[in-house]
Amino acid sequence: MGLTLAEKILSQRAGREVRSGELVVVEVDQVMVVDSIAGSFFKRLDYLGATPRYPEKVAIVIDHVAPAANVEVAKAQKEIREWGSRMGCRVYDVGRGICHQVLIEEGLALPGGIVLGSDSHSTTYGAVACFGTGMGATDIALAAASGRTWLRVPESVKVTFRGTFAPGVTAKDAALEMVRRLTADGATYRSIEIHLEDGAESLTRSQRLTLANLSVEAGAKCGLVVPSGEVLKLYDVPGWLYPDPDAAYVREVEIDLSALTPRVSVPFYVDNVQTVDSVMGKKVDQVFVGTCTNGRLDDLHQVAAVLKGRKVAPGVRLLVIPASSQVLEEATADGTLLTLLQAGATIGTPGCGPCMGRHQGVLAPGEVCVSTSNRNFKGRMGAADAEIYLVSPRVAAASAVAGFITTPEALEEVPRG
Amino acid sequence: MARVWKFGDAINTDDILPGKYAPFMVGEDKFHTYAFAHLRPEFAQGFRPGDILVCGRNTGLGSSREYAPEALRKLGLQAIVAKSYARIFYRNLVNLGILPFEAPEVVEALEDGDEVELWLEQGVLRRGKETFQLRPPPDFLLEALKEGSLLAYYRKYGRFPGEKG
Ligand code: SF4
Repeated sequence: MGLTLAEKILSQRAGREVRSGELVVVEVDQVMVVDSIAGSFFKRLDYLGATPRYPEKVAIVIDHVAPAANVEVAKAQKEIREWGSRMGCRVYDVGRGICHQVLIEEGLALPGGIVLGSDSHSTTYGAVACFGTGMGATDIALAAASGRTWLRVPESVKVTFRGTFAPGVTAKDAALEMVRRLTADGATYRSIEIHLEDGAESLTRSQRLTLANLSVEAGAKCGLVVPSGEVLKLYDVPGWLYPDPDAAYVREVEIDLSALTPRVSVPFYVDNVQTVDSVMGKKVDQVFVGTCTNGRLDDLHQVAAVLKGRKVAPGVRLLVIPASSQVLEEATADGTLLTLLQAGATIGTPGCGPCMGRHQGVLAPGEVCVSTSNRNFKGRMGAADAEIYLVSPRVAAASAVAGFITTPEALEEVPRG
Repeated sequence: MARVWKFGDAINTDDILPGKYAPFMVGEDKFHTYAFAHLRPEFAQGFRPGDILVCGRNTGLGSSREYAPEALRKLGLQAIVAKSYARIFYRNLVNLGILPFEAPEVVEALEDGDEVELWLEQGVLRRGKETFQLRPPPDFLLEALKEGSLLAYYRKYGRFPGEKG
């Protein structure tokens, strides 16, 4: 019996063939720490009496509250800068962007590698077939101190996306559909192995990042996309980095992209996925475009295409936060930003923004937010009863113009100015 | 005697400790007082050391924030009984030295507010004359927990449980 992609990567690293269910202790390529847990991370290293074994393999990203919103945060971020230069670790400071996007842009998450992040959406690195997984401060500190971590080799769920999108349907809709089919714990402890076939190979790296990112919302340890298309152009993909045709899966799911329609995840769980049609007309207070799920250049292009010549509805706030400084720069250079500003959008500093309700767009009681992010848990973005609807960037943009949840297609009656 | 605090399915780490109350936002000395601030505002005040949490399926899903279970440990939590756990949360519990028992039938039997006694090492839980046997966690984790936490284990041995020294 052959090996899955997760078994391939962990076997390669362990130096022997390993199978799902085994515990392995493996070297890691990169340990990623975010600002909000850096304090716990330092405390744990101090307790161990340790410093990073390989400083070049530790990166800290100041993104979760950037720039600092209060004195506590400012103190924590000051400590990060000082610690980073003392230890010789990379620090990506305020404005550089969201941890996952930054690691991809900086080439710190590479095909066949293993990256541990102190953030659950570290599954994102699976877009380039990098074994990315999230862990808590203790595991991250141990990995920094030892250069290693322990992992249970996961069983795999095979998800095959086939065909090409119908007009108006995006990778976000595909990802939400995957979470709906698997449910919030359908892939717990497992690797989601994503196969793109019959035209779906053409999905870009950015679109693959969206799919891998949302894998964790089905509980997955990692979401590995089998390399093809743009990923082969951008990276040297080693010949062994493919699952065997006779690999064993605990479950197989097929999703036909051509039959998919726009999706929305309704409060208060990500796997509460419905068609956008079913919530059309829901009044909206805030629209948020950004995050590690959908804050990239192609996402902003989708938003700009809808907003061009239109205005955000009165009484609605449209917050756009590019995922990184690189995205912001590119969106400035190609005029995208101007289109957004002319429509009435507010642009935030690259980073997580209001995604987890700490600053830059916290919701008041009873408010409704349409968001391109990845979690709609109770209270996630502010008041406990505020509602978050997760959608694609183009549905978010259309909803900002209408003032209620809608699609760009339904918006066509509204003439562009 | 310990009190049972019972919750339903899919309790996520934003429920356990909302992001805006992270130690990073409100300080190391205060964050635990916001445990379950949205879901059960009376929780942090009422929780006594030794009380236990009883939860449904997919407990602890969502954000990897270790300060969520850390807030519970600060309040004196030593064990959780759940139907199942999300992956990162399970690791975090073990790393902090909180015992994650998995026992759907026991979760069904227990009610919020029950007074129980729990013998952690034996995995024995008693409510009045009724006794429940809990399955202990896997060896790898038990070995770590003998030292209090995985961190304490690594500090002492310089390796992970099961790894050759
Ligand atoms: S954008 Fe949101 S989901 Fe992504 S890393 Fe930041 S807080 Fe987490």
